[in-house]
Amino acid sequence: MRRIMVGVKRVVDYNVRVRVKPDNTGVVTEGVKMSINPFDEIALEEALRIKERGLADEVLVVSIGPADAQQQLRTALAMGADRAILVQTDVAVGPLSVARIFRGLIDKESPFLVLLGKQAIDDDNGQAAQMLGALWDRPQAVSCSKIEITDGKATVTREVDAGLEVLEVDLPAVMSVDLRLNEPRYVKLPDIMKAKKKPLDTVGLADFGVAEAPPFKTVRVEPPPQRQKGIMVKDVGELVGALKKKGLV
Amino acid sequence: MSKILIVAEHDGARLNPSTGKCVTCAAQVPGASIDVLVLAADASAVAAQAAAIAGVGKVLVVENAANAESIAAVLAPQVAKLATGYTHVFGPSTTFGKDLMPRVAALLGVGQVSDIMGVGGSHSFTRPIYAGNAILTVEAPADAVLVATVRVASFEAAAQGGSAAIEKVDPGVALPTHTRFVSRSGATTGRPDLQSAARVVAGGRALGSADGFKIIYSLADKLGAAVGASRAAVDAGYVPNDLQVGQTGKIIAPELYFAIGISGAIQHMTGIKDARTIVAINKDGEAPIFEAADIGLVGDLFSIVPELEKQLTG
Repeated sequence: MRRIMVGVKRVVDYNVRVRVKPDNTGVVTEGVKMSINPFDEIALEEALRIKERGLADEVLVVSIGPADAQQQLRTALAMGADRAILVQTDVAVGPLSVARIFRGLIDKESPFLVLLGKQAIDDDNGQAAQMLGALWDRPQAVSCSKIEITDGKATVTREVDAGLEVLEVDLPAVMSVDLRLNEPRYVKLPDIMKAKKKPLDTVGLADFGVAEAPPFKTVRVEPPPQRQKGIMVKDVGELVGALKKKGLV
Repeated sequence: MSKILIVAEHDGARLNPSTGKCVTCAAQVPGASIDVLVLAADASAVAAQAAAIAGVGKVLVVENAANAESIAAVLAPQVAKLATGYTHVFGPSTTFGKDLMPRVAALLGVGQVSDIMGVGGSHSFTRPIYAGNAILTVEAPADAVLVATVRVASFEAAAQGGSAAIEKVDPGVALPTHTRFVSRSGATTGRPDLQSAARVVAGGRALGSADGFKIIYSLADKLGAAVGASRAAVDAGYVPNDLQVGQTGKIIAPELYFAIGISGAIQHMTGIKDARTIVAINKDGEAPIFEAADIGLVGDLFSIVPELEKQLTG
């Protein structure tokens, strides 16, 4: 079975303006809309397109998180994934633990491709794919904006600071995806009904020998410093005047 | 006593300014001694530049044809091997460091602190989360090597004037061949580099087309500025991806930033919050960009921008 494994993280929706908790232990997540991490949605869409091109047989989605992450996995199944696994934990695990869990799942599932988002928009770490590449001792392609699969290999275009970089990697490999790879499909109502019948297995962290405690201690979470209120000018003349006053032109 | 190894970013000829900023960050770690590691096919030019950074104790050089291009899977085992004896391993939070450093961390069996924006102690750092809408202070265990990327926009470039010793080393590790470089394409515009420019003129979707963006380039050239863009402008195909500023693009800290026809989504704002002065020009007076702007002007950018260029000439 030619299988693609996709990571799906439950995060605060990207439209939500997050607020820091008054006790500085984190951000407010109670009563806040949660969604699939947008980059993970793009990873899933790419997996589905690769399958639709006849280059894969199964798309397996995996989430690591609380029982409620089943909602995001059901959405992923409705988008078209075939099967889901929830690695259930109420403690936030760090990227190295995520990579170790995926490494464990790879032994069981033998995917030829693992697709992840390039970063989660909550902790903004951007580490899991690279760490998995190391633990798996396989190629990594980070921030992909184009993926072409051919006969045991893949040619990927990556978004880098200098522009675009093309790599050729042997498969299996892990890739993290960037925004411009594709536009994820919308979920249709009949697909939501169908998704309820698709298999969703729940396993525990203990199955992977991963510690519950994250590697780093959260000391404090604070709101960012606010910028000073600026001025409005009426026309270009005033703008140039204001810039000159600040010694900027 | 902290012993910090910084992985140099370079293109084979020139050391990237991000490396000097990592040195500045590392120098804030109490009692730090700082070495720089250059992995290259021919490291002579880059090593000399790294040795000239003030505060660098030693430049370690690994010359290997396999290091001609920065392929994370090839570089990571060499860095991990040479990390022995160091308390910290830093790289820049550019696409180079973001690709490489987590792979190094996993090979060393440790986590990574991403995007250090402030140093509180040898194992205590601040970093942005939620697109910079919250700042996290983390404490890492002192009994393991600490791998981190440095948010370059948060640190000044290190001073020149150093004369570090340059030492060739051989990590003696097997390198994979499963990942191969094919090509790289980027705009060589002759304009200042977006990530290190003192002035940046950026345009958004309101420019309407690649052709509409010409007034942005023209103003930038007048000011000797780099050109940037919002995600919307890149997605629409007006400009290439390497101009994108924001949470998922480049994080920049210029002295002067012009946001022209950019509404100011939080994902964009996270990329410019360290800019010294933000000038916003937008026809929508309610656009969120004006909340962050130091100087705001509401109006039609297609008449304002050419007029601005004209008045700056006069």
